[in-house]
Amino acid sequence: MADDVLFEFLHMEIMSYVYKEPRMRDDPDTERVTGLSILEGMGFRVGQGLTDRFTKDYPTFKDELDIMKFLCKDFWSSIFRKQIDNLRTNHQGTYVLQDNTFALLTQISSGKQHLEEAPKYLAFPCGLLRGALSSLGLESLVSAEVALMPSSKFQVVIQKT
Amino acid sequence: MALVGSWLYNICLAVVCVVPTQNELKFHYTVHTSLDVVEEKVSAVGKALPDQRELYLGLLYPTEDYKVYGYVTNSKVKFVIVVDSSNTSLRDNEIRSMFRKLHSSFTDVMCNPFYNPGDTIQSKSFDSIVSAMMVQSS
Repeated sequence: MADDVLFEFLHMEIMSYVYKEPRMRDDPDTERVTGLSILEGMGFRVGQGLTDRFTKDYPTFKDELDIMKFLCKDFWSSIFRKQIDNLRTNHQGTYVLQDNTFALLTQISSGKQHLEEAPKYLAFPCGLLRGALSSLGLESLVSAEVALMPSSKFQVVIQKT
Repeated sequence: MALVGSWLYNICLAVVCVVPTQNELKFHYTVHTSLDVVEEKVSAVGKALPDQRELYLGLLYPTEDYKVYGYVTNSKVKFVIVVDSSNTSLRDNEIRSMFRKLHSSFTDVMCNPFYNPGDTIQSKSFDSIVSAMMVQSS
């Protein structure tokens, strides 16, 4: 089915549109930061809507770990057709989700060449995670890093209020 | 019936009444007091019953005139249905199916990119589904 490809193309177009805005060409730093926050904001809203749709038939979540497992398995596989490969936690609100073949990065050649561009591709998924957590009742900070293409790590820190 | 949203603060997203001439304020009052019962049930579920983690909360409490039913989604949005006590034909299963329909039309509203979570719901299809349900039950 052509479904996965459709989203990847759309995502690429969204990214090039966001970075083509004239106001951003003046200052390369603001360009990078504003672009990332726009993409993250989009991901946030989409994440909220998606969680509502996916958790419709689920029983209530027991605790944080249950929510994170749901995100790693069902949520991630519904969007990217695979589960998160590795979930680590320090049991104090910090979780690291590792995806060894991240769907949005597989089309870019592996190797050091495009490592700087990789974070742009990770802004939308960071927003997705943050939006999903927010709609399930957890305020969080999500950041991502790429050490080796196409493997990426998402760090989620739950804010305790 | 009423929808109350969100985990940080309780905002009323929608209240729909069957008979517009009846006192809407009374329904608002009933809904607000039932929220306390909902909170109590939600916090009790986590400790007492790890198996039964259903979304449907059941009959919250019967007053002399009305019966109040509650339902909580995973995104902490609460649905409250207030039914006339004289209407004894509504059974548990029917109330459950009403909540399922409400939940799915609410999910559709959430997925609408022009809807910001926390706003009052202004979707026509949502309103028509809710009105159809109420007409059918009364």
